[in-house]
Amino acid sequence: MIPEIGTGVLLVALTLAVYGALVAAVGGRRGRPALVQSAQHAALGVFVLLTAAFLLLIYAFLTFDFSVRYVANNTNLGTPFYYRITAVWGALEGSLVLWAWMLGLYTLLVVVRHRTTARELYPWVLTVMLGVLAFFVLVMTVPAPVFTRLAPVPADGRGLNPLLEDSGMITHPVALYLGFTGFTVPFAFAVAALVAGRVGDFWITTTRRWTIVAWYFLSLGLLIGGWWSYHVLGWGGYWAWDPVENAAFMPWLTATALLHSVMVQERRRMLRLWNLALVVLTFALTLFGTFLTRSGVIASVHAFTQGTIGVFFLAFLAVVVLVALGLIAWRWDSLGAQGELDSVISRESAFLLNNVMLVAATFTVFFGTVFPLLSEAVRGVKVSVGAPFFNQVNVPLFLSLIFLMGVGPLIAWRRASLANLKRNFLGPVLVGVVAAALFRLLGVGSVLVAVALALTLFVAACIAVDLFRATRARRAMGERTLPALGGLLLRHNRRYGGFVVHFAVLVVAVGVTGSQTWSVHTETTLKRGEQAELAGYHIRFDGLHESQESNHSKVTGTFTVVNGKAAGTVLQPAKKRYPQEQSPIAYVDYRLGFIDDIYLVLGDFAPDHTSVTVKIQVNRMVSWIWLGGVVLTLGTVLSVLPERRKAA
Amino acid sequence: MKPKFLVGGAVIALALGYMIWAGVTQSAVYFVTPSELTAAPVAGKAYRLGGLVERGSLKWDPGTLDLTFAVSDGKATVPVRHKGTAPDLFGEGRGAVVEGQWTGEGYFKATLILAKHSEEYEAPHPTTDAPSRRILETLETGAR
Repeated sequence: MIPEIGTGVLLVALTLAVYGALVAAVGGRRGRPALVQSAQHAALGVFVLLTAAFLLLIYAFLTFDFSVRYVANNTNLGTPFYYRITAVWGALEGSLVLWAWMLGLYTLLVVVRHRTTARELYPWVLTVMLGVLAFFVLVMTVPAPVFTRLAPVPADGRGLNPLLEDSGMITHPVALYLGFTGFTVPFAFAVAALVAGRVGDFWITTTRRWTIVAWYFLSLGLLIGGWWSYHVLGWGGYWAWDPVENAAFMPWLTATALLHSVMVQERRRMLRLWNLALVVLTFALTLFGTFLTRSGVIASVHAFTQGTIGVFFLAFLAVVVLVALGLIAWRWDSLGAQGELDSVISRESAFLLNNVMLVAATFTVFFGTVFPLLSEAVRGVKVSVGAPFFNQVNVPLFLSLIFLMGVGPLIAWRRASLANLKRNFLGPVLVGVVAAALFRLLGVGSVLVAVALALTLFVAACIAVDLFRATRARRAMGERTLPALGGLLLRHNRRYGGFVVHFAVLVVAVGVTGSQTWSVHTETTLKRGEQAELAGYHIRFDGLHESQESNHSKVTGTFTVVNGKAAGTVLQPAKKRYPQEQSPIAYVDYRLGFIDDIYLVLGDFAPDHTSVTVKIQVNRMVSWIWLGGVVLTLGTVLSVLPERRKAA
Repeated sequence: MKPKFLVGGAVIALALGYMIWAGVTQSAVYFVTPSELTAAPVAGKAYRLGGLVERGSLKWDPGTLDLTFAVSDGKATVPVRHKGTAPDLFGEGRGAVVEGQWTGEGYFKATLILAKHSEEYEAPHPTTDAPSRRILETLETGAR
C-alpha cells in the first residue's frame, strides 16, 4: 500500500503548492489578505504532507517494504537499523524527499517569521517559495518517483552502497541541504522586492540572518563532506576538486561574497544591483549543483544515476535565470547606487575587491568543472583539468582573500587616512613580515607556504589589535579585562561574530596549508612481526583475523604504532566484503592528533595471512580543519544573536 | 564609475584570464581509449586511459609493490605499470580509468588508478557482454 499512499500524498502536496503559489500572487497583486492567508494554509499543508511522505518512506525502510522499488534498491535485510534511516536519502529519489522537506520547513519558518513584518513583499515571497517547492515535488513525482512499486516483490533488497554506511551520512547531507535550500529564502525576497518595486534596502537587511544561516549550513556540509572523504575513502585527502564538491563550493563562494557586499549596501547604499545579482547567482548555482549531481552530465565519485531529471533541472534553471534577469531589467532605473566609491583605500573598496576575488574564484571553479564539456563541444577532444588547475589558479585568489580578511574589518569607511592605516596595520604588517622572514630562515616549506602562514598571522594580529583596543577602551570606563572582552563580544556580536568566523577560516587555512606541505606517506609489505618506519613512527604488523558482521564479512589487520618511548597505539584497518559488491572495500583506521594523524589503509594480504601490504600516512594538521568547523559554529551563533546594543 | 576602477577591473580580469589559460595548458589531461592511444601515442603527455582490465593480465608483486595489467577496449590493448596496491573495486574484467603517461618504452606508467563500477548494483551477467559495454559507456561519460 505504501507506494500508492506515498504517490497520492505527493500529488496532493504538488497541487497545494501550485495553488498556494498562484493564490499568493493574486492576493499580492489585488491586495487581498484573505487570499494570502489561504496561501499560508497551503504552505502549512504542503509541509505536513511532505513530512508524511518522508515518514512513510522511513517506515518503508524500517519495515523492509521491498514493494517500494527505492527501498529494495537501497537496503537489504542485513542493513543495520541506523543505516536504514540514513539510506532514506542515500540515493537520488530519497535525497530529493529530504531536500523538498527542508524547503517546506524553510517556507513554514518564513511564514512564522515574516507574515506580519514584510507586508508588501510577503505574498510574493510565498509565491516564490511555494513555486520552487512545487518544482521539487514535481521532480519527485515525474522524473524521479520515489514511491514506485516493484513487482514482483523481491525476498531481499540490493543493499546500501557500503561507502554510505557511515555516521557522516546523517550530518553531511542534512547540513548541505539545509544550506542549499536555505538560499531559496533570500532569492524569494529578492524576487519579491523586484516584483513589488521595493528594491530599497529593506529586503536585504531582512534576509541577512537567513543568508548567514544558509551559508553556515553549507560551510558545515562542505567540512563534514571533507571529513567523510578523509575517514571513509581511504586516500587520506579531504578535498579533490571533484565536480560534486565544486557544485557545493560555488554557491558557498558567491554567498560569502554576498555576506560582505550586503554590509556595503547597508552602510553606503551602494551595490544594489550587484547584491541582487549575487542572490540570484547563488540560488542559480544551488540549482546548477543539483543538476550536475543528479543528471550524470559529469561523472564523479558521488554522482547519482542518470535520467531525464537533468532536463527538468536545466529547464527550471533557465526559467529562474530568465525571470530574475527580466525583473532586474524591468526595475533597472530604480537600481542605481545612491552612494559613491570615494577612495580606493577604504573599507568599501576592500569589500569590493573581496567580492571580485570571490566571484573570480567561482568563475575559475565553474570553468574547470565544465571544461571537459566545453572542450568536447568546441574541439571534439575529451580533455579534463584536474586538481593542479584548481590549485594553481585558486591559491593566489585565496591568499589575497586572506589578506583582505585582515584589512577589511579595520580600515576606515569612505577614505582611510595615512594615520588610520598606520594605527591599525603597522603592528600586524610587522608581525607578518617578521613571521615570513623567520619561516624562510628556518626553512619552513616553500616561499608560498611561508607567505600563506605569514598572511594568516597578519590577519590574526589584525583581529588581536582590534580586540585589544576595544577591550582597553572598555577598561578605561572601569570594567575588568574579562568582563570587558565578554561584553564586547556579546554587545557587538555582529562585528565580533564575524571576527570569530574569520578566525575559523584562518584555522582551516593553516590546516590546509600544513596538511598539503608536511604530510608524508609510504606503502609497504610487512610480514607478521615486522615493522615499518615513517616520520619517527614505528608501525608493527601483529596479525590478521576474520570476522562476520550483520551484512558483511571482514578481515581486520592489527598494527601497533610506537613513537619514542610512549606505549603503542593499536590501529585496526580492515577490508570489508559485502555480498552486493564484487570486491572488498577498505576500512580505514586512524588516530587523530593535534599535529599528526596516523592513518592506515589495508591493501592486499597473503592468503595465509602471514603478510600484508599497507598504506601508511602521517597526515599533519588535518585536525585544524575540523577544529575550524567548531570555531565557525561559535562565530556564526554569535553573529546571528539579536543585537543587544541600541541601534546606532 | 571612475576610470581608475575600470583600469583596476581590467587588470584583474586580464590576470585571471592569464592564470586560467596557464592553468589549463599545464594541467590538461586527455581522455583516450586504448585504440586512440595506440593510434597516436605521445610520450610524456598526460593521459587518462579508460577501458576494461583484461582478464589474465593482472600481476601483483607484494614485495616490490609492482602492479601490472593491460587495459583494453576490445580493439587495442595497452600494458600498464603502477607502483602500489590497486584501489577498491579494481579487478580483471572490470572498468578502470588510469591516469599517467605513455613512456615510449611500450608501456603506460600509471600515477593514479580510478576503479569504476556502474552506479546501480546489478548482478553480473556472465553470459552476455552487456555489463562490460555498460561500464565502457560509463567511462565515456566519465571522460566528458
